[in-house]
Amino acid sequence: MPSRDDIKFLSNPKIGQKRKKYCRFRKYGIKYIDYKDPDFLMQFVNEQGKILPRRITGNSQKYQRKVSTAIKRARHLAMLPYVTDLLK
Amino acid sequence: MKNYETTFIVDPVLSGEEIKATAQTYVDHLTSEGCEIVHVDEMGLRQLAYPINKRTSGVYYCVEFAANAGDIVDRVELALRRDERIMRFLTVTLDKYGVKYNEDKRKGLIGKVKSKKKADKDNKRDDRRSSKSGGKKDAPKRKEAPKAAAPAPKEEEE
Repeated sequence: MPSRDDIKFLSNPKIGQKRKKYCRFRKYGIKYIDYKDPDFLMQFVNEQGKILPRRITGNSQKYQRKVSTAIKRARHLAMLPYVTDLLK
Repeated sequence: MKNYETTFIVDPVLSGEEIKATAQTYVDHLTSEGCEIVHVDEMGLRQLAYPINKRTSGVYYCVEFAANAGDIVDRVELALRRDERIMRFLTVTLDKYGVKYNEDKRKGLIGKVKSKKKADKDNKRDDRRSSKSGGKKDAPKRKEAPKAAAPAPKEEEE
């Protein structure tokens, strides 16, 4: 009888596994999010300048709140646009 | 004592001296009110993400100060609101992490860390690219290899 080890897969069985999301602020110990750094905040907005949801960025609730505050402050100071297209 | 940070955008149409004078008036205003100025950051002329008052660029200033009473902020903001040379302003209360961040930024720690991270990423990308491109480069070399057989394998070992 062939055992499971003998089975050769046609495709890599690991290919469908999802990478675990993590909060980069917790991981790297970032405590303060600067609203004057639009390049950094660009990572958390989509092409239209909308704030990306937590389910995509993987931020924890605490830091997602801080990110959204920082983005809104940056928008007020015209460092990030309120509405746009083809931001990236 | 609480730490505050006021960022404002000065009209770029003014001459360089006038812009500096505008920023200086608010620094003087704060010191006359008994605030302790921690740092004045001149961020310089930047492009705005959207036009304000039909201007597409502005001169950014960021003043960090410590004040005993919060009503100073109201008075400074009133002055900023009345000033036609100021296009936008924002006052923020800094928490302890914000104060630390600004200190580190002044020392040049943060920019370096970020640039390091970016540099690392870039390096990794470059490595990948170079390895890929290297592979491509290697391929024609191997075709040429019979002529110079000795050096090519050494390079691969390295």
